[in-house]
Amino acid sequence: MSKPLIGVILGAVLGAIDGLTAWFTPAVRDQLAGIVFGSTIKGVIAGIAIGFFAKKFHSLPIGILFGVIIGAFLAFLVALLQGGYYLEIILPGTIVGLIVGFATQKYGTPAATANS
Amino acid sequence: MKWLSDDRLNHLRTIVSEPDFSATKYKNVKELGRGGMGAVYLAEDRELSRLVAVKVLNTPDITDDLRRRMIREAQIIAGLEHPGIVPVHDVGTLPDGRIFYAMKYVRGSRLDEYATQSVSVNDRLRKFQAVCDAVAFAHAHGVIHRDLKPQNIMIGSFGEVLVLDWGVAKVLKPQIDTDFVHGFINENHDTSHGTVIGTRDYMSPEQARGETDQIDERADVYSLGAVLRFLLTDKATRTAKAICSKAMAHAPESRYASAAELSADIGRLLDAEPVLAYRENAFEKVGRWVGKNRFLVLLVLAYLLMRIFLIFTSRP
Repeated sequence: MSKPLIGVILGAVLGAIDGLTAWFTPAVRDQLAGIVFGSTIKGVIAGIAIGFFAKKFHSLPIGILFGVIIGAFLAFLVALLQGGYYLEIILPGTIVGLIVGFATQKYGTPAATANS
Repeated sequence: MKWLSDDRLNHLRTIVSEPDFSATKYKNVKELGRGGMGAVYLAEDRELSRLVAVKVLNTPDITDDLRRRMIREAQIIAGLEHPGIVPVHDVGTLPDGRIFYAMKYVRGSRLDEYATQSVSVNDRLRKFQAVCDAVAFAHAHGVIHRDLKPQNIMIGSFGEVLVLDWGVAKVLKPQIDTDFVHGFINENHDTSHGTVIGTRDYMSPEQARGETDQIDERADVYSLGAVLRFLLTDKATRTAKAICSKAMAHAPESRYASAAELSADIGRLLDAEPVLAYRENAFEKVGRWVGKNRFLVLLVLAYLLMRIFLIFTSRP
């Protein structure tokens, strides 16, 4: 399995879980479908970016750092659009980025080198 | 008449039995060990100023068969150029007619000594895999060791693994391209049927029955299984025990077909992948996957815990 594909799958799954937890917040429960959809898309975008990064750069710490930055940045944009819930959105988004950054560095087929 | 003391008598015996290296480039330093056929001495190569191990036949009253065996052993080892097999530097005859051969002096400890140290299971398995690889190389060249045991395996000071004592090795096919070995096989001077070769705790059932014509690579696979059992003892997991059992199956056809196949299964065990010797159930599969991906699982768990924490703390 390629690294971007691992990133997409993991980002989508964790993003969907992330969105589903909105069910525990009664104030936004009626918007659950939209939240899950948006959160999944956010996870997919983060997964693609982190996966392609992992394909180019083979370094676990740098991959994790990149994942954290992308995860936090996308979550910040979502929180900005929501106009609140900064901690509740940015913290999980950052950790999702960390997990995807770690997984894409550790697993998946690395890019073929020029002389292979 | 004056009687000699036991100490003096022993000293004289030692001097008499010590090989005379004066006509060679070697200088005896000390005796390292003694086996059924010969003794191994630590000697100094005076030309190259390095220490070597020199194996010398025990007695000057040698028969042609012993001489033949000794040269054959040197030629077999010399034909097996592999990092896991001690290289032979030289072969020759001492002034008293005894055959000797000089080989690399390996500094380190024997596998039985190594096993007493506090070494992790994975490190033990890696060393064992290196033994399998050396034996697989010999098998690929048509040579069966027939006496694999921890005492015949050395762990060098840099962690290198070396298989020693090929004195009773059997040449299955003449891939070692020397006239002598061809001659040896053609003359059918190999061990005759009914002769038991090997060490009791490590020899295959067919070896124990003296069925020398039935012995092939799988006899060494059995011995390797016994070595693995010795190395792991109480530390063996269910999977490792299954590998031992398959390697030590009574019927040769139930064992691994080769040392290379056994090595591959050890590799799979080290990589936390399913092994040929053990069919795992669904729970064991999940357990193995979790064990292999421990950090990822911990990250996901941390994420879920954080999620639960946020759910409860952000409630109005």
